[in-house]
Formats: sequence, structure tokens, C-alpha cells
Amino acid sequence: MAALINVPAKARRGDVIEIRTLTSHIMETGFRHTVDGKLVPRDIITSFTCRYNGAEIFRADLFPAIAANPYLSFFTVAKESGKFEFEWIGDNGYSSTASASITVE
Amino acid sequence: MNAPVTRRNAVLGITAAATSFAVPSILRAQSAGRIVVVGGGFGGAACARALKRAQAGLQVMLIEPNKTFTSCPFSNEVIAGLREIEAQQFGYDRLAAEGITVAAQAATAVDAQKRSVTAADGATFAYDRLVLSPGIDFHFEALPGYDDAASEKMPHAWKAGAQTLLLRRQLQAMADGGTVAIAIPANPSRCPPAPYERASLIAHYLKTNKPRSKVLILDAKDNFSQQRLFEKAWKELYGDTIERVALSQGGRVTSVDPATRTIITEFGNYTPDVANVIPPQRAGRIAEIAGVADHTGWCPIDPVTFESKLVKNIHVIGDACLGGGIPKSASAASGQGKACAAAIVALLAGRAPETPRLTGVCYNTVAPGYGFLLAGNYQPKGDIFAEVEGGATSPVDAPRELRAREATEAERWFQIITADTFG
Repeated sequence: MAALINVPAKARRGDVIEIRTLTSHIMETGFRHTVDGKLVPRDIITSFTCRYNGAEIFRADLFPAIAANPYLSFFTVAKESGKFEFEWIGDNGYSSTASASITVE
Repeated sequence: MNAPVTRRNAVLGITAAATSFAVPSILRAQSAGRIVVVGGGFGGAACARALKRAQAGLQVMLIEPNKTFTSCPFSNEVIAGLREIEAQQFGYDRLAAEGITVAAQAATAVDAQKRSVTAADGATFAYDRLVLSPGIDFHFEALPGYDDAASEKMPHAWKAGAQTLLLRRQLQAMADGGTVAIAIPANPSRCPPAPYERASLIAHYLKTNKPRSKVLILDAKDNFSQQRLFEKAWKELYGDTIERVALSQGGRVTSVDPATRTIITEFGNYTPDVANVIPPQRAGRIAEIAGVADHTGWCPIDPVTFESKLVKNIHVIGDACLGGGIPKSASAASGQGKACAAAIVALLAGRAPETPRLTGVCYNTVAPGYGFLLAGNYQPKGDIFAEVEGGATSPVDAPRELRAREATEAERWFQIITADTFG
């Protein structure tokens, strides 16, 4: 499943807007063992970045204690029309991106 | 039969109790004892009855505002037009005939110091032990936009009766090709598998009457009880009629707008033709008034006696209590009511209550003649009830004959539990 993004389609200049993201990921901790005693290797998302018209406005580091399908919600100020770009990076070369547009009046 | 308890009698009762404290404890232990039970559902009615049957000398009063009880189990069939509401309704005449004083009142206040309950008309009833079986109330603050007025447009149908019939009428009025959305809250909630049974039976109604229509489940959970059984049945019986958006797909409903019949989730808006919104829940209001509900909105109890951990001499049973591993269901409430009655009888006699072992059984009917079940056994473990061995779930792969047999068993279960409680 692709990532879920919720960015308001429209906002007034100066509005504080909420951005929500959810991406499907197993977030395997690396601490669990299979029934025959083998360690299940760690497989997590390690970082998340959000850029607003190219400028980074939010970044998060993720750790094994974070549950599957990480959901992140944060706020920013609507300054100008344009694009939000989202990027998730993780173990085993994992990378996923998404984007959403906003019209600021 | 006991004389009806009036305000005057109740005052006399308090006086009598005050006097009895002066006599030696051994005599007091033998005195009759006054038990007030608030709430006449599967838990409260079973408890009142078990108390009176265990000890005829007990004064047992049942406070319940509705003169007729409407059962939630099997009410999904009413919604789907497979059953009439009258088949869900039961009175309290037989309880009254057994010597239980039934007050058709809402309990509005509890004075734990004086040990008395106040009813809506101002009457007060004294107790030695109070049993609260108030079921659930809705936690409207947790779902902005939703309240009693909104439930007239977007019915919850999570308390059986007028709401059940409203949802049924909305389904009947919907044009073919419409979408019926069911918003499901996170646990704990009343009867966790019931929303999925409802989705199934609505799909059955649509398939039979409006085959181009859909059921859309917006779910605040990723996993649910008997999920594999439900999903297999959906595929088998309803193809792609039922679509489910789980928590991790953005299914959690965060608010509603009744004016436009819009359901708002974390990642999208939906405007279905029929919106069945089941709001988050908590213990019935009287639990909070009595001070037995904690920050979770539910009531922590001693699992052996069901006595509240917060207020002495008040016991909480049924959906309202924090039952640990026991799902909130009619069958659990009934078992808790009986176990609580046995514990109260023991406590009044100065004996140590026995450790209860409860059985909860939960039938789901996903189409006429297609049912399955989950049965569990529960025992106190530390502070809560824990599931112990001996439980069973219907196999995921089973011939239709078994599904048919379990659907018949479900009906039989309903007859038995309602006869046991009200008949």
C-alpha cells in the first residue's frame, strides 16, 4: 500500500495546518526470535523527512520501539502554494516517497 | 412479595441498619440484607434473580428505567429485516413474581457513605450492598460532531430499541447502488465482534434486496475477533460487497458532520447513503456518578467478588467493569451477575467467597443458516480475569453443515439465556 497523506488542499496564508502521514511498514524490532531460536533481523524505517517547496520543515528519526505502520502528525505554517514532499528511509535500502499539493490564498 | 420500597420505607431501612450495628456481628451476619441492583440487562437481572434464589430472605430491589428490556444480541438480525423487534423484548414480571422489587426508575445518584441510591423521582433506597450493571454510555467527547441529536441522522444502533429500528428504516429507504458505512471504534467496547456480524447481515440484506449496493467498514482497529472466520465468510457469501478500511489504512474515524452525513477519518472524508456510527464507549453514567469508574471510563473490580476497587460495598458487573480478558457480552454479564450474587451471599454470611470460573460464549450469524462461535473460560488472576484453557473457536475451514448447525445453536443460546434471565 502506498503511504497515506493528509494535507489540507487549501489554506489561508499564515494558517497553522496539520499534516498527517501513515506508511505501511513491518517495523521488525530485531529483538525477536523464531520458534527455532533464530534472530529475526531488524527491519525498520530509520528516518522520515518532509520538505515544503524544497525546504526541510520536519524530520524524525525512528527506532525499534516504534510500532508497525508508523503514523506521524505534525504542524506547520501555510506560507505559499506549492508542494509537500515526504520521504521514508529504512533498513535494507528501504525508500519510499509521496507528495501533496496545497493552494495558499 | 416485598412491599414496594417508598421513600418512607427507605428511611426506616436506614434506621434499622443503624440499629443493627449495635448488635453483635454474628447476629448482623444473619440479618436479611438489602441489595439494590441498578440496571436490568443480562447482568443486573441475572444477579437480582440469583440473589433472591440463593437466599429468599434477602431484600432485592432492581432499579431499571425501561419497563421492557430490548436485547442487543440478535438485534443485528432486526436491522437486516430477518427478525422483528418484539422477539428481542422481555419484561420484568417474572422477576417481580419471585419477590424482587422492580422500580421503573432511573438511578440518578449514589451516596456511598450513607449507602443509598436516589432515583429520578427523588426516592432513596438504602442498601447493604449495591450492584451496578449499567452497561455502556457513549463517549461523545471522543468523537467530535456526534451526540444524541446526530444519532437521529447517523444511528449507532448500539443500544437496542428505537435506534435499531431507525437504522433498519434507513436501509430500507436507501436506493439500490448506495453505500452503507459502519464506523467501528477501538476496544474496549460492547461486544467486539458484533460490528462485523452487523456488516455481514447488512450485506445479506443488500445482496437480497439492493444488489448493487456496498458496505464500507471504517475501522479504528487493525485486527478483530474471529477475523479469519468473518473474512472467509464475506468472500464466500458476499464477494466484494464488504470493503474494510483498517486502522493502518486510515480507517479511524476522528469526527462526523451530521448536517452533511459526512464521516471524517484521519486520511479522508466519506459521505455514505447510510451512516451507522458506533461511537467510543465507557461505563454507564451512574458508574461515574457513584465514583466507581476510573480514568479509563470503566470500573476496576476485585475479580472474585466484583466489588469496586474504588468504593466499598459497590459491585460492578457486565459491560461496565474492567473484566480483563472477558469480552463485554451478554453471556459474560450473565455469568458475572451470578458469580457476583454468590459472592454477596457469602460476604453477608461472613464466609469467604469462592473463586469464580466464568464462561463466555459469543455466536455470530453472518447469514441465515451460517454461524460460528467463540467460547472462552476465564478465572481471576491477580487483579483481573484471565483466559484459561478450555476455550474454543469454530474452525476456519468447516463444511456448511457445521455453519448451519452453529446458526441453529445461536438461536437456541438466545432462547436459553433470555429464559434464564427474564422467563
